Amino acid sequence: MSEPTERKYTKEHEWIDVEGDIATVGITAYAADKLGDVVFVDLPTVGSTVAEGRVVGEIESTKSVGELFAPVNGTVLEINDAVVATPELVNSDPFGDGWLIKVTFTELPALLTYAEYSALVGE
Amino acid sequence: MGNEPRADRFQDRHIGTASVAQLEMLSAVGYEIVGELVLAAVPKSIHVNTLADSSIPAAATEREALAELRLFAGRNTVNQSMIGLGYYDTITPAVIKRNVLENPSWYTSYTPYQPEISQGRLEALINFQTMVEELTGLDIANASMLDEGTAVVEAMLLARRSSKSASNVFLVDADAFPQTKALLANRAAAVGIELHETAYDLDPADVPELDVFGALVQYPGASGRVWDPSAVLAAVKAQGGIAVVAADLLALTLIKSPGELGADVAVGTTQRFGVPMGFGGPHAGYMAVRNGLERQLPGRLVGVSQDAAGHPAYRLSLQVREQHIRREKATSNICTAQVLLSVMASMYAVYHGPGGLKRIANSVHRAAVNSAARLRASQVEVLSDAFFDTIVVRVPGRAAEILAAAHDAGVLYGLVDADTLRLSFDEVVASDAALIDKVLAPLGVEPVAGHEVGNWRPAPSVPAELVRTSDYLTHPVFNTHHSETGMMRYLKYLADKDYALDRGMIPLGSCTMKLNAATEMEPVTWPEFAGLHPFAPESDVLGYLDLIEQLQSWLAEVTGYDEVSLQPNAGSQGELAGLLAIRGYHHSRGDLHRTTCLIPASAHGTNAASAVLAGMKVVVVATNELGNVDLDDLRAKIAEHADELAALMITYPSTHGVYEHEVRDITDAVHAAGGQVYVDGANLNALLGYARFGDFGGDVSHLNLHKTFCIPHGGGGPGVGPVAAKAHLAPFLPGHPLAQRDTIGHRGDAALPEHRNIVSAAPYGSPSILPISWAYVRMMGAEGLKAATGAAVLAANYVAAKLRDHYPVLYSGDNGLVAHECILDLRPLTAATGITVDDVAKRLIDYGFHAPTMSFPVAGTLMVEPTESEDLVEIDRFIAAMIAIKSEADAVAAGRWPAEDNPLVHAPHTAQAVIVGEWEHAYSREDAVYPIKSLIRGKYWPPVRRIDQAYGDRNLVCACPPIEAFA
Repeated sequence: MSEPTERKYTKEHEWIDVEGDIATVGITAYAADKLGDVVFVDLPTVGSTVAEGRVVGEIESTKSVGELFAPVNGTVLEINDAVVATPELVNSDPFGDGWLIKVTFTELPALLTYAEYSALVGE
Repeated sequence: MGNEPRADRFQDRHIGTASVAQLEMLSAVGYEIVGELVLAAVPKSIHVNTLADSSIPAAATEREALAELRLFAGRNTVNQSMIGLGYYDTITPAVIKRNVLENPSWYTSYTPYQPEISQGRLEALINFQTMVEELTGLDIANASMLDEGTAVVEAMLLARRSSKSASNVFLVDADAFPQTKALLANRAAAVGIELHETAYDLDPADVPELDVFGALVQYPGASGRVWDPSAVLAAVKAQGGIAVVAADLLALTLIKSPGELGADVAVGTTQRFGVPMGFGGPHAGYMAVRNGLERQLPGRLVGVSQDAAGHPAYRLSLQVREQHIRREKATSNICTAQVLLSVMASMYAVYHGPGGLKRIANSVHRAAVNSAARLRASQVEVLSDAFFDTIVVRVPGRAAEILAAAHDAGVLYGLVDADTLRLSFDEVVASDAALIDKVLAPLGVEPVAGHEVGNWRPAPSVPAELVRTSDYLTHPVFNTHHSETGMMRYLKYLADKDYALDRGMIPLGSCTMKLNAATEMEPVTWPEFAGLHPFAPESDVLGYLDLIEQLQSWLAEVTGYDEVSLQPNAGSQGELAGLLAIRGYHHSRGDLHRTTCLIPASAHGTNAASAVLAGMKVVVVATNELGNVDLDDLRAKIAEHADELAALMITYPSTHGVYEHEVRDITDAVHAAGGQVYVDGANLNALLGYARFGDFGGDVSHLNLHKTFCIPHGGGGPGVGPVAAKAHLAPFLPGHPLAQRDTIGHRGDAALPEHRNIVSAAPYGSPSILPISWAYVRMMGAEGLKAATGAAVLAANYVAAKLRDHYPVLYSGDNGLVAHECILDLRPLTAATGITVDDVAKRLIDYGFHAPTMSFPVAGTLMVEPTESEDLVEIDRFIAAMIAIKSEADAVAAGRWPAEDNPLVHAPHTAQAVIVGEWEHAYSREDAVYPIKSLIRGKYWPPVRRIDQAYGDRNLVCACPPIEAFA
């Protein structure tokens, strides 16, 4: 995967790494830190259709629940089984092993750049 | 000296601060008289004058109140109940009655949100879960539901959430309890679920046609029938539905468990495990599910985690399912559970063990079987063939007549119809041959006096394929404490681990941990209050009905409403009842489209969860920087949703502990748009005697009798959440199909079913604890209630004044005053020192305190509510602890202690933590456990160190761990 600085972002604190027609999606370190210790991740089933902006999963910590929004229209190609088995990966490596889903898409919507996202969260 | 109050005035016992102390506190706050302070805090526009014609009599002394309660008790008649339907007489082991139900160490504790100081009741609750899991044969049980009827409703809602079926239909057993059916009908209608009733005589050819998201089987049925539902359960599951079984736990010691029969969910009550019927409650309901459904469970779930030293420790698991996190997306609106009653039921199982429970079940079963044989021998037609404890007899045309004759003889049969009676046997009847003679005599059965009850034993009446062969309750905890000495010590061992009001102050904001006076508690266990079946005839319960009506009228008066229903078993259920009343009102006027409920962002999470269950759509109203409802946003939201506006829910004083100045503007704006105003009464403690919800625009409210009116929290329940309303909503307040009397006036001639808006299994909710609130009002009188409000507001403002220089007080209202609680903002401290709200809360344990409410309603803050019952010495001890902790945090900031090694981040400290091995910390052992000298003479030692919350949620274990885990 590319460096975080080269990835796309959403206002919902997700990062998107694009390779061809496949988008890998995770949540940012900022979001993982705000959630606290992640204890459970609920991801969509492989092969399901997702629509941009719709809730497709949940990330639960000991004190909060974050919703996972689909950043693009497409089809779920793969989910990260490792993160389902070991949810703390979202905290320990949000931009790497803590990725959540891969989605095949045809068209990419307008997304934030790293600089724009950083400005949004004030970092 | 003529004006001096009498020496036995209860008010002076309930209120902790005597007048001298109050003067000292007033001078710190800057006022001279308590009344002046409260009037300065409460906005002028809502002040109420003392009512000239108050129905609340002048305060009685404790002795006088008990004498009056004896008169109520004397008008109740305890007859031998054979009514059944989920309520059975039971023998409460005296060791459990005395050491749990009558012991403030158990009944005055709070919900175990601070697990380090709650290990005792958490262990009792995990015993409860293990008991339910093993008896039902399912994987994970929660730590209690409000009653069986609402547990079935929750199971239906769980089925809808988790079923793969697209169907909108829930199948209901025709042989389910009538109160359960009424509850299902009311609750299903509110959320648009369709119910189909069936006798489950499904033709196998019809099974492929089945299209339901879930189904309920009552096992054994209300008629007592025991049958094998496994084919039905399999058919329901095969088409994607969730199979729910409502099961009797005592029966499950003898017959196959729901899990073995294929159920996904089991629900029921644990009442007959040693908890008195109490005319309907309180008792603990239960719910258990198979693996995979645990995240859909409503209510509280105890799990095992580990502490900082790696030792096993209990805590509440998966809390994010609950309303304070998920709000309208929570699994349920239920917050308060029935902890005290769960503890009793679990201890009944611990005391009797699997062998003892089976012996009790066998004796009950044998009593029923013997009685059926004797009835047949006396030419009475017994319709039952396979049953556990309940039989039905056919007496063509004579049911009512025999029922009346039996009543005259002190026996209560269940009336099925004009031709049929029901007899449910229980532990008490089964224990006494003379009692069995007595309950059979009205049906013409000759006594067998002098014969042993067990001498004549016809074959058991359970089908062979349903006889239980699997083990249960094999864990050592259920096989150890069987002597009374052992049981007494186990209860003491657990109680010693916990922090309750009998140790010190529990300054939990929004929870009102005030005194639960011993006199108030006494009547709870009197047989005339404890021993009545909820469906006993009216003439048996006249004392209760009078007490209920009197308490209703007092509560209506102090809140400015016309009518009160005592049926809801918790605040959340009161909210639901209130919102259902609003829904019923709008529907009665043809306003079916009014479904939008406005809820401020600062509201209790239950508000939103309850609104969804009343079929409403939640729209959030912003709060401004002062913590008040943002009036501009409110007006904008009202304008946007004017046509579909159903209600606004507002808490007063606000959840921020402030009397909002504009409350009248708010209620006026909602009324102008055709909406109803729901005032959440959770904070009534700050208003009583000074203002009334009904006078400043409230149409309906719920009250928490376990907050303002002294019912103990019981470690997380029981609760009572009456719903109070103006006359126009009275027709829509809860009814009940089996109520002895409709105690609510202003019903009008609205053509509504008698079970309209039922929210609890029993007609009057949990009557056996109502004498507590009755006694409180009776012994305080109107003046005393007002004095309590003043003392509570004074105490909160005193704490705010004393701590303001150390921790900013986040919100205040008119004249810079708070209401009955204050929010201390720890965020600046956290920013400056890295010390978090958790660190401060856990450090308070080392100082001998229960932490204030953490991070509600604002993350990173502590909300302190001293209540009127604490004395100045205790309040000052708390203030001193908070100031000392602040200076410890400052020492961390100054670098005297490292950020990762100081007494705050390692708090709380167990005795073991400061004794074992070399001491290698940057602070001393004395700093750790004796930070102030007064602790040397008396100190509460937490049994575990800080508990790892994430570990417990990632590794979910919700049953008793093996003994080796503690080695």
